[in-house]
Amino acid sequence: MKGGRGSVVFVAALAALAACQREARDFDAPTKSVTAPPVRMSAIQPGAISTRTTLEHNYEENAYALSEGKRLFGWYNCNGCHANGGGDKGPALMDNVWVYGSDPANIYATIAEGRPNGMPSFGGHIPDNEVWELVAYVRSLSGLASSGAAPSRADEMHVKEPESQTDRQTPVVAAPSGASERP
Amino acid sequence: MIGGLHDVLMPAGAQAQAILALWHWLLPICTLVFVAIMAALWLAVRRAPRVAQDDTPDVSSLFEREPKVTRTVWIAVAVSTVLLLALLAASVFTDRAIARLPLANALHIELTGYQWWWAVRYDDADPSRIFTTANELHVPVGRPVIVSLAGADVIHSFWVPSLHGKKDLIPGRDATVSFRADRPGIYRGQCAEYCGYQHAHMVLYVVADAPDVYERWAAQQRKPAVAPVNDEQARGRDLFVAKSCAMCHAINGTSAQARNAPDLTHVASRMTIGAGTLENSVSARAAWILDPQQFKPGAKMPGENLAPEELAALNAYLGSLS
Repeated sequence: MKGGRGSVVFVAALAALAACQREARDFDAPTKSVTAPPVRMSAIQPGAISTRTTLEHNYEENAYALSEGKRLFGWYNCNGCHANGGGDKGPALMDNVWVYGSDPANIYATIAEGRPNGMPSFGGHIPDNEVWELVAYVRSLSGLASSGAAPSRADEMHVKEPESQTDRQTPVVAAPSGASERP
Repeated sequence: MIGGLHDVLMPAGAQAQAILALWHWLLPICTLVFVAIMAALWLAVRRAPRVAQDDTPDVSSLFEREPKVTRTVWIAVAVSTVLLLALLAASVFTDRAIARLPLANALHIELTGYQWWWAVRYDDADPSRIFTTANELHVPVGRPVIVSLAGADVIHSFWVPSLHGKKDLIPGRDATVSFRADRPGIYRGQCAEYCGYQHAHMVLYVVADAPDVYERWAAQQRKPAVAPVNDEQARGRDLFVAKSCAMCHAINGTSAQARNAPDLTHVASRMTIGAGTLENSVSARAAWILDPQQFKPGAKMPGENLAPEELAALNAYLGSLS
């Protein structure tokens, strides 16, 4: 009986490990947009209200995708304006203020379409799955991604606490702080 | 697949020769020590008195001195010490021989290890003569080369066994390795420090040429990329700068100037693509552009979903970049 309970625990632990997406590495991500949910610019919808904004894949639970997002954040020079998330010419990404919404679909649209006053449009220039990796990483900057999967270190000099240690911030949609001071 | 000499026992430079000379001491001495230990073990087992299960164990050595055994042990310790010191001395002399390479008129190259490829920058006092390539070191025969080593992300290791020993590329630490190729040939190098999933596909070729051949190669590498000569190549160039290629690669003479991936200004002049993963042929390039992950899973290059005629145009343009 004792051994039976042990093996049940063992099998349960194995099942838990198998369900763990943290370490999965997807090298064969489709290069075309597949499941990008619509970004709604209006609260009015025909028929029943559809609230679906979540994604099919779960990059925010995946350590590899998050660290790839962190690498691409540097490679594609997001740092150039957002400065490691602290904000410079572009708004800060580590705070709770979201000018264009904090949902993955909102951030996807911001990266793919670009935004007024300087945010370039990366759509068509980088593969879709890389945009989603960036989305997951950008959300991890303010603690919105899984802290168990978010990067815990940087390859370069550390300029802030790691994403895995960042407290979850409650998103607020608002104009960026200091926006009125800008010309 | 492209070959190239990759053999510690076939040195092509003075330093690899010195390392081989040390090996010629190391191998017989270590063989001798190993054989002696095995022989002693065999003798000891053979000469041990056989006892029955019920006999009381012989513990006389706990109470009596064994001068003969003591003497044998001391002799063995002395011989081992002398042999190890001899190897130490040989190692010092080898290091001196390696360090004594004359470096007058040396060629200076900066080598940076990335996951999983090598960036190669040929330094020059005149900035307009500096040029960048990847995964291939071309050096003139008989002229010393000083290679500055840097690791961009994780620790890599420079190892071209036909020319020199290993030297690590550690992020944040400067290191140099200098060597001289004395015979023309293609020498295969390999990252020798495990650096991630595609460590095995991180090959560096050293091509040693006669000085005039090298100078011709370098003069060609200094030029910007050739302009497209027909509509297909022009379309290929436009695709390159508009699609995701230009986000990471550079082609001098175009607006593509990113430095995250190998410089492709003269990609058609190189022997392989993907740091020794595939031969640099038309068909291999096409397959690589569509899906690099098929050949080098985990490589930082994503596939590009091109229409067949777009792929052909891009491939024609890349093939013209000699």
